Amino acid sequence: MALVGGYLAYLFRHQLAWPNEPVPGFGQVGPDQYNMFVTMHGTIMVFWVAMPILLSGFGNFLLPLMIGARDMAFPRLNRLSYWTFFLSTVVLIVSFFVPGGAFAGGWTIYPPLSAEPGYTGVVWGGNLWILAVALEFVSMLMGGINFMTTTLSLRAKGMALFRMPIFVWMINVASILFMFSVGPLIAGAFMLLADRTLQVGFFLPAAGGDPLLFQHLFWFFGHPEVYVLLLPALGIIAEILPVFSRKPLFGYRPIIYSTLIAGVLSFVVWAHHQFISGIDPRLAMPFSITTILISVPFAFSLFAYIATLWKGSISFSTAMLFALGMIAEFLLGGVTGIVNGSTAADIYVHDTYFVVAHFHYTLFPVTFLATFAGIYYWYPKLFGRFLSEFWGKVHFTLTLIGFNLAFLPLFSVGIAGHHRRIFDPSAFEFLHRIQHLHVLATVGLIILLTGQIPFILNFFLSLRRGRLAEANPWQANTLEWIAPSPPGHRNFETDPVVVRGPYEYSVPGAAKDWLSQGEAS
Amino acid sequence: MNHAVSHNSSVEVPVWRLGIWWFLASEIVVFGGLVVCYILYRFNHPEWGMEAGRTLLWVGSVNTVVLLTSSLTMILAHYSIVEKGDLALGRRYLGVTILLGLLFLCFKGYEYSHEIHAGLVPSRSLFWGFYYLMTGLHGLHVIGGLVANGVILGGLSQGRTPHRIESIGLYWHFVDVVWIFLFPLLYLASQGGAS
Repeated sequence: MALVGGYLAYLFRHQLAWPNEPVPGFGQVGPDQYNMFVTMHGTIMVFWVAMPILLSGFGNFLLPLMIGARDMAFPRLNRLSYWTFFLSTVVLIVSFFVPGGAFAGGWTIYPPLSAEPGYTGVVWGGNLWILAVALEFVSMLMGGINFMTTTLSLRAKGMALFRMPIFVWMINVASILFMFSVGPLIAGAFMLLADRTLQVGFFLPAAGGDPLLFQHLFWFFGHPEVYVLLLPALGIIAEILPVFSRKPLFGYRPIIYSTLIAGVLSFVVWAHHQFISGIDPRLAMPFSITTILISVPFAFSLFAYIATLWKGSISFSTAMLFALGMIAEFLLGGVTGIVNGSTAADIYVHDTYFVVAHFHYTLFPVTFLATFAGIYYWYPKLFGRFLSEFWGKVHFTLTLIGFNLAFLPLFSVGIAGHHRRIFDPSAFEFLHRIQHLHVLATVGLIILLTGQIPFILNFFLSLRRGRLAEANPWQANTLEWIAPSPPGHRNFETDPVVVRGPYEYSVPGAAKDWLSQGEAS
Repeated sequence: MNHAVSHNSSVEVPVWRLGIWWFLASEIVVFGGLVVCYILYRFNHPEWGMEAGRTLLWVGSVNTVVLLTSSLTMILAHYSIVEKGDLALGRRYLGVTILLGLLFLCFKGYEYSHEIHAGLVPSRSLFWGFYYLMTGLHGLHVIGGLVANGVILGGLSQGRTPHRIESIGLYWHFVDVVWIFLFPLLYLASQGGAS
């Protein structure tokens, strides 16, 4: 699905850089198609790439291993969740091929554009969109219930809550955030579907409805959702940094506390997406304050991560490079978020490419850089073989150059006043002089996409040809490295007993610079 | 599979009970979202009181009694099986629960057809949109609960683990509690109009 999302990005970025020229390998992109591609790019990348990989993928593989469980608490529920997700993917793909095409009203499906099929000309595409996302949410809810139950009840002997790896904490906090934020949006989706099919008009002003209500429902989910994605990514990074700097994670408990604080705060920031939607200034101010406040716990976590590197013996493996890249790029995304968080500045940059750039500087590192870091780090555990480090570094270099080239110019484009939903920038006189920045960004995107070819080849070729890995190739402490690579049906040969915290590296007086968290019983 | 067997004693609650509570928590947020939306709109639309007066209050009241009674028989089923160990009696009570659930759906169906004939359809006004959405979603949960009840009733005769009766009981009471919220919001909070 990431490839589909990337290909859609290529199609519409080509249109932006060279307006109205046919795209090589596709043909002319029309305005309706442009809207469809942008909408589906957002939908796919957030709901079908970021969430399933970070939460379900890493979570299902690592969470039971890290707490020393043989399996998830409800294996059958897990399979049901997987097939529900599969079905949702099929529904979404099918929506491209129904008459009228896929939904084209933006990935946030704001009414009234989404509530009245007549406005976009897309009838079935919109209904299928809602159905697909609803199925996906159900699947994720089942997964979250499974994560929390597993963590609470299947931990190995000695695995106290404050001995759990940060990643396990993050997955659980993310699951709770998801569970309590998605409900109102599911309710909103039912209402939207009723609008579309039964002509009720919950969100149509003509029928007495209120389109703003949907924005509240969407962002009450949508903002915690950002943290649902961010937390597992931060968890992955927290596992990798201590291993490759041979040092204990700096501030283990404070990181957990600050995550919990951020989790609570994440429920009271949503209206910062609506500063120009006609919100009462008396309401905008508190949301502005909470939004800037929430950057404090995350800034704390990132400082703790950087402090972990201090005086460590750092080895720049590919996993470590991606982890460091994630921190650096995410900082840029976080800092530009302050601009959007303060009402006055946001009114100017809202709905411009500045927001697009900010959004991608937060979610790209979270979704891709952290995922790649995790893949290079845990690949030996998954398949018993290493990925090629050389091609990994080629992949890292191309990804980082391509990404920055694609999105750094967009900050300038946005500040120049370029609205983000314009199909053909050449139609506006004042945008002509920044057209070269669009070309630069599209070249960056092409480098970024090409840069994934070495990764894909590396991933599949290493399955057969990669160097063989033993059980604990990185000399790491957490429990998953006790299990054989790849882990067997019951994960561990014997149930491990946990004797210490997860990050005891370079303990003075110890014979080696790592002390595994568990011992075979 | 190692279900329900925890090899760790840090939490005393069995996994299935934790799971069902997490599930109910997520359900509460879905219905909660709908109810909060309804209440927010209701503040701005005092005229909905007239519309609420057109619901069939007597059917709603009878249905409330039916559903509450079904929760009682569910408790009795659980009590007979788990506390007294009387499987036959428990099955009879569970059967009554299912019948009461079906009765609830029959009344609801009668109500729907009556209202649709009277022109009270979802697109008539936002009140009726909420009415059909909320009671419809609740009805779907009743149907789901009935199916689960049936499966468990079938499983009981083959001597399947009795803890499933507690899980389904928790769910059934939850569906009941949702109705306790819907009934006053949609039926009782009316002005004027006779049923």
